[in-house]
Amino acid sequence: MTTSTEPGPPASTGAVQVRNLRIELVRDGTDVVDGIVIDVVAGEVLGLVGESGSGKTTVGMALMGYTRPGGHVVGGDVLIDGHDVRKMALGELRRLRGGTVAYIPQDPGTALNPALRIGRQLSEMLEAHMGSTGEQERDARVREALEEVALPATDDFLKRYSHQLSGGQQQRVAIAMAFACRPHVIVCDEPTTGLDVTTQARVLQTIRELCQDHQVAALYVSHDLAVVAELADKVAVMYAGRIVERGPREVMFSQPRHPYTRRLLRAVPDLEGKRPIEGIPGHAPLPGHRPQGCFFEPRCLHAVARCRETFPEAVQYEPGHWVCCYRADDTPKDGPVLASGRGEAPASSGEVVLSAEKLDARYLRRQTLFDINLAVARNECLALVGESGSGKTTLARCISGLHHTYTGTVKLGEAALAQRARQRSAEARQRIQYIFQNPYASLNPRRTIGQTIARQLALFDPGSGRDRGARVEQCLERVALSARAADRYPDQLSGGERQRVAIARALAAEPWVLVCDEITSALDVSVQAAIVELLAELRKQTGLSILFITHNLALIRTIADRVSVMTGGRIVETGRINEVFEAPKADYTRQLLANTPTIEAALGHNGHGA
Amino acid sequence: MSKFLIRRIIFGILTLFLVSIVVFAATQALPGNAARAILGRSATPERVAALTAQLHLNQSVASQYGHWLGGVLSGNLGISAATQQSVAHLIAGRLANSAFLVLVAAIVALPLSIGLGVWMAVKRDRPADHVLSMTTLVLAALPEFVIGIVLVVLLATNVAHVFPAVSLVPPGEHAWDEPSVVVLPAATLVIAVTPYISRIMRASMVEVLESDYVTMARLKGLSNRVVIWRHAVPNAIVPAIQVSALQLAYMAGGVVVIEFVFSYPGMGAQLVDSVANRDVPVVQALTIIIAAVYVILNLLADLATILVTPRLRTAGR
Amino acid sequence: MSATTATAEPFAPAPEPVRRGRAATLARATLGQSRAKVGLVIFVLILVIVIFGPLFAPHSPTEFVAAPNSGSSSHALFGADSLGRDVWSRFLYGGRSILGLALAATIIGVGLGLVIGLSAAYLGGLVDEVLMRIADVFMAFPQIVLALLLVSAFGPKLWLIVLTVGISHAPRVARVIRGAAQQLVERDFVKAAEAVGEPRRRVIFGELLPNVTSPLMVETGLRLTYSIGLIAAISFLGLGIQPPHADWGLMINENRLSLIVQPWGVMLPVIAIALLTISTGLMTDSYARVVIGIDRGE
Repeated sequence: MTTSTEPGPPASTGAVQVRNLRIELVRDGTDVVDGIVIDVVAGEVLGLVGESGSGKTTVGMALMGYTRPGGHVVGGDVLIDGHDVRKMALGELRRLRGGTVAYIPQDPGTALNPALRIGRQLSEMLEAHMGSTGEQERDARVREALEEVALPATDDFLKRYSHQLSGGQQQRVAIAMAFACRPHVIVCDEPTTGLDVTTQARVLQTIRELCQDHQVAALYVSHDLAVVAELADKVAVMYAGRIVERGPREVMFSQPRHPYTRRLLRAVPDLEGKRPIEGIPGHAPLPGHRPQGCFFEPRCLHAVARCRETFPEAVQYEPGHWVCCYRADDTPKDGPVLASGRGEAPASSGEVVLSAEKLDARYLRRQTLFDINLAVARNECLALVGESGSGKTTLARCISGLHHTYTGTVKLGEAALAQRARQRSAEARQRIQYIFQNPYASLNPRRTIGQTIARQLALFDPGSGRDRGARVEQCLERVALSARAADRYPDQLSGGERQRVAIARALAAEPWVLVCDEITSALDVSVQAAIVELLAELRKQTGLSILFITHNLALIRTIADRVSVMTGGRIVETGRINEVFEAPKADYTRQLLANTPTIEAALGHNGHGA
Repeated sequence: MSKFLIRRIIFGILTLFLVSIVVFAATQALPGNAARAILGRSATPERVAALTAQLHLNQSVASQYGHWLGGVLSGNLGISAATQQSVAHLIAGRLANSAFLVLVAAIVALPLSIGLGVWMAVKRDRPADHVLSMTTLVLAALPEFVIGIVLVVLLATNVAHVFPAVSLVPPGEHAWDEPSVVVLPAATLVIAVTPYISRIMRASMVEVLESDYVTMARLKGLSNRVVIWRHAVPNAIVPAIQVSALQLAYMAGGVVVIEFVFSYPGMGAQLVDSVANRDVPVVQALTIIIAAVYVILNLLADLATILVTPRLRTAGR
Repeated sequence: MSATTATAEPFAPAPEPVRRGRAATLARATLGQSRAKVGLVIFVLILVIVIFGPLFAPHSPTEFVAAPNSGSSSHALFGADSLGRDVWSRFLYGGRSILGLALAATIIGVGLGLVIGLSAAYLGGLVDEVLMRIADVFMAFPQIVLALLLVSAFGPKLWLIVLTVGISHAPRVARVIRGAAQQLVERDFVKAAEAVGEPRRRVIFGELLPNVTSPLMVETGLRLTYSIGLIAAISFLGLGIQPPHADWGLMINENRLSLIVQPWGVMLPVIAIALLTISTGLMTDSYARVVIGIDRGE
């Protein structure tokens, strides 16, 4: 164990060196990030992991001498190739950005300029940084850059606009742009977030190869631990604006010491289904609301009195493994984080409560669903897996009566239902409850939580008028929210809390089936795990059936009994969960399984056990 | 793209057709015998009969409308009830004068307001932005005749006497023969419309400057000038184009009051006179023309929007 | 112990312990800006003149008290107008008609526009298409031109002017409200209401309406500002309030030819109208800034 004042390696070997970086809001001096220490050398990838609001993107952009409007750097050093970014004049900064340090954005759909052709956007990069070269040379370089990312270097392609490209192509253009001027450092800001696993796998492969070929130092910012496990050499974990733990990848995944890192890993769904997932109660404190001591203390099971007093300094435990925790010596005694053991699922009866038969659906003039057949039994959880555009949400909306241009039959029990929700029986509307992806959009922002749930009770249980207040409290209790939530508006709750409210509203109708449409995809992994736990518990208690729609293959392994795999508007495979995962029959399922990144596979692949 | 444009043109024609019905319905609303109402109580029975025949008032409403619309479409706008002159002849010179006034105002106002909007957005929340945004806010709230009168007080009468307070143009001449008469009315129009367009441009620019692609352009190390004029402005200009069309069309209405303030010999002053005289054929002709200007300007704005928006330009519809 | 209680999420400390109503929060934030304060002070000042002015008028607004176009005297503070009536007294009386008519026109226009806009956005399809085409037709007339067209047909009647100004506002308000509501219609809370079978009327007025109050307030402020300008302009053209009534717009018309010898007959009402529209403009803008700030989470 050594103390935390690190001299760091000499400047010549380190491409990126950040020391004690602090960024504040200009408005009131609230700290956004503080005490950030980063070292990346050429040819190395550092994975910067954190949940939303942890400040990871802020840190990434600081490497380019950029802070978003409203924030400013107030302390610390950011050295790129030994030069301090904070001391650079505007002209030097311009040469740095794009020239020495390049950026790959999170969402190329919004980061590429909609009014400029792809060719223009690529060549202006070269103009800015290789000004003296001729036009022909630049054109050749643009084409070369496109070829490097396996895009066609044709005139036709160069003349396109970003909206004429697919998501994967857009991201490749952004990558080509980033590598065009041969930078020494690359900042990747969750570059695969919006992509399907298949596209993600290819994009990651491209980034990995380019980083190795050109010996760049990469900072890979992500919330996805599995992706980081596959890609990174070193990992730093951020929580509430601080790096709480950092170290070599193997150590970070097999012997993490910070309680947050350990809980975070337990929340990651396991594709192999060997361990249950576990959420982290509570949520991270926002800037301006951070406690005096350790920021994780309010959610930490290991906290002691000292944790409430001062934020712990980084201490080195293994070579290069630094942890900000007073209890870092004791936490490993919990046992391994990636432990095996699976909770048993409740057995479902054979009685079918919800079914769809020969469903064909259209959107405008295009057919989007083809001959869909599925059935959900009482107390069963059927997972519906597919990538974006597979038609899974359309199917869910047909079932709920929200998308009505379909033929075929949706049945509740034995009763066939009308296409439109309004024309369905009150019973059908009550027994099938739909939960939306984004809980913020599905709750009326001008109604309190109590009003929202009371309205649902009034609709489906008119007799409950007298004791409605008490009933609302009961509903909130069932999703583990306190009665105080009733007086709040949606914008006063966290994302996880809002989704609990949406679940509570659905449960208030006493449904037979919950149709959950990507209900955790907008949530952080620790919150996602907590919601999944809640659903499993509700199923056990109430005999509820669930149709769980998701793109996340690993997630369903933990919760579903059966799975239907969708692509191109068709169900290509349906089966018991273990059978589909262990012996997939459809090529598409095999491909999905192969492309889904997992921590276990990433570590095992490289010869390290978890 | 062409499909979209054809759709807009069809809607434009449909709108104009409905406009003509509204305008025509206004004539029908005249109580009692329209001809007598137009000519006034002192009119001789012969003149009433003549006008009744001329307006086809003894036929059905639909047929009256048909005759009238046919006339409008063939350029025959009827006879002024007040002067007994052909309406077309009466308003032709007036239209030219108004068009000149609006054109002068537009040439000054459009670049000025776009430039101001961009500048305010770039200097966002700095003193220059605060001062300008306050100024444009105050000016935007003022009715145009108030601006006109204040300009008269400041520049034509009580305070200084630089420009004529009344836009006298000798008969047979046009406003461009006497350019000094255009200055104050045009300045009033510029002051009336610039605040709107520049505020829209500012708001749109502020939003675009916060977009991911502008951040990306900065992170590419491009110069500030390139970021603003190549990456931001082309994406921010669409709302300004749309509101510019509305404002230009509004000028066609705004000139009514402004021409009255300055007694400028345009169609606006003519319209006020004709309304006061209840000279319905002239009012009908002028309102139809003003509405047509609005529809055409909107079409041009749609066309311009398509031209600056690749997504629309390359789309199938 | 069940898993649900184990994962209970404690609430983050709320920014304010007791949440004020949204309206109160907005009002406080709006009045926190200096431009809103200035606007409110001016507005109240003009309002006091409009309401209580006549009580302090030394003369009747129609009585002849001095030589035409005579200057300031002990008898007539701001001199006499072109007919020899007291300018100050006419000014004190002249705000009621303009403000009253403007308010009435605003209420009609905003109310009509709200219903049209919400219905078009929610019902969509043919209803939307028809309503918006009709709106297009009325928008093709500049507001003052529409007013003049109807005045030419019916003559200068007050109810007509209020109605025309109101109707000419309606399609413009409807477009804004429709735009705001269309974004809401796409939001999932509206779909959620449909999925449980809420009646259409309830969706429009229970789900959509509470979410468009901000643009509605902004529109009301804007439309009031424009109504004042329009009503004043119509009277200024001599086609609104008719002599010998005292009205600011009409006063400007009556006295503008003697501007050089008797500027007060024009300047007093011009200043009053300018201050009135500036004050409503300032307050509206302050409110709009607050709303935009809140919606962006600032």
